[in-house]
Amino acid sequence: MMNKLIFGRYVPGNSVVHRMDPRAKLLLSFYFIGIIFIANSWLTYLVLFAFTLAAIYLSGVKWSFFINGVKPLIWLILFTVVLQVLFSAGGGHVYFQWGIITISQSGLINGVYIFCRFVLIIFMSTLLTLTTPPLELSDAIEYILMPLKVVHFPVYEVALMLSIALRFVPTLMDETEKIMNAQRARGVDFGEGNIFQQMRAVVPLLIPLFVSSFNRAEDLATAMEARGYQGGEGRSKFRILKWQMRDTWATISFAVLTVALILLRA
Amino acid sequence: MAITFKQVDFTYQPGTPFATNALTDINVTIPTGSYTALIGHTGSGKSTLLQHLNALLKPTSGTVTIGERVITPTTSNKDLKSLRQQVGIVFQFPESQLFEETVVKDIAFGPQNFGVSEEDAHQTAAKMLALVGLDQSLLERSPFDLSGGQMRRVAIAGVLAMQPKVLVLDEPTAGLDPQGRLEMMQMFARLRHEQELTVVLVTHQMDDVADYADNVIVMDQGRVVKTGTPREIFADPQWLTEHQLGLPKTTAFAQTLREQGWQFDQLPLTEDELAQMLKSQLAPSLAPSHFGEGTAHDE
Ligand SMILES: Nc1ncnc2c1ncn2[C@@H]1O[C@H](COP(=O)(O)OP(=O)(O)OP(=O)(O)O)[C@@H](O)[C@H]1O
Ligand SMILES: [Mg+2]
Repeated sequence: MMNKLIFGRYVPGNSVVHRMDPRAKLLLSFYFIGIIFIANSWLTYLVLFAFTLAAIYLSGVKWSFFINGVKPLIWLILFTVVLQVLFSAGGGHVYFQWGIITISQSGLINGVYIFCRFVLIIFMSTLLTLTTPPLELSDAIEYILMPLKVVHFPVYEVALMLSIALRFVPTLMDETEKIMNAQRARGVDFGEGNIFQQMRAVVPLLIPLFVSSFNRAEDLATAMEARGYQGGEGRSKFRILKWQMRDTWATISFAVLTVALILLRA
Repeated sequence: MAITFKQVDFTYQPGTPFATNALTDINVTIPTGSYTALIGHTGSGKSTLLQHLNALLKPTSGTVTIGERVITPTTSNKDLKSLRQQVGIVFQFPESQLFEETVVKDIAFGPQNFGVSEEDAHQTAAKMLALVGLDQSLLERSPFDLSGGQMRRVAIAGVLAMQPKVLVLDEPTAGLDPQGRLEMMQMFARLRHEQELTVVLVTHQMDDVADYADNVIVMDQGRVVKTGTPREIFADPQWLTEHQLGLPKTTAFAQTLREQGWQFDQLPLTEDELAQMLKSQLAPSLAPSHFGEGTAHDE
């Protein structure tokens, strides 16, 4: 029940995409979001979709995951698309006009483009989180943030916080479910009644969650200290990031994609 | 209140790649007034089964009949309150469910959810606190200031205060000291007789099964692999080992004796029973002239 909420949950696998360097995956995903905006014609969007679907195919993750990733956001997307269609004063044939509301050919086309952009971005970022364990992702972020050390940004500490937070998300979800069940068994109805009743029902859930989180944080701190944890400079790593041939190939394919988009641009 | 499972299957997160089949084709009955022990290797599905007893989980297929209510995969989540009141569940490590400012408020929380007035609920709370062996002076304390064992007892009192007809216990004594464990188990047994409760106990303590239960359900990998009285279950040590289960201490001791050539018609379950059996076998050699004074002087 709970777990459906995290649509981008890591799905273990052994595909090329899974084995890529998380830094490459993270950077290329961001890069991809950037180059989506180069596209401005049917052909260019077609190329982007072909590229994304190929990447998904390579990852070996089921299609349904990506569709499920879009589903929770579908209303937001449609809302944006409708706004775009109704309020963009575009050229082309005008189908309908009423005050400031205009439905024009170019407005409709833009709406479809925006829809495609959303879907592409969601697909690609879902692909990133589905194929990369959260801890590797935080390693990658640590690496990418490294230049900020120059301005005394606490990179190691932030990275540690991030990995601890990511590590405990599933634990917290399990705990939530357990406590919800225990309180349900004592007669609490979650998600029923008026707002006031619903807010009251949350108290018996939140307090135990806070208490156990604080206890866990304390235990973790003690355990880390007991094992001599020391952050910062000079700390060696258990998970070593390694740039490999496939990462270079992935980068090259993104470069080719960029060139193709620029050439095919209308 | 009897609870009957008919061809119950249960899968966590069905339809996703994370789907875990936790129960398969469960057909069991928990008779009214019984003391049923649910045993099985870790991960065999005991806690999952328990959550079907008050419809916290609904079967993926099959039906669970709780008293008069029939729970099917499509049963609505509404109107389950009376069911929740009648079947009280003490979860594994129940101390994590405490949240009120004071012990008395926390114990009274359940009954008040089921419509008992604050005053009555507080009275019940005081009674239940005594029942679980805690001093009345704790009533106004914060539950978070108590020791782990005391918290456990308060949490159990919170479920008892709902005055359920079926009391479900998921390893209630895990992590308690031996004395506390004994007191707790005796308290459940006493309650059962005084209030004609049906008790369902999940435990890894075979001694408790032998001492208190009259009905045993053995689970392995999401299936019920055997049901019967403790005597029937513990009659076959080898089968138990195959399912990663042990024998009660007494029975294990008798089993060792048997391997040394002692004769038992049936393996004893409790210490008293073992003592009786040994006594009857030793009787001739235990005559006073042989043993009582004799051995002392031989030194
Ligand atoms: N919330 C959940 N989501 C997914 N799978 C679960 C969940 N809870 C339990 N499982 C799985 O269901 C199976 C049965 O678990 P269950 O908790 O019922 O075992 P158990 O017999 O109570 O074990 P233990 O003796 O350790 O308490 C296990 O394989 C477990 O991994
Ligand atoms: Mg369990």
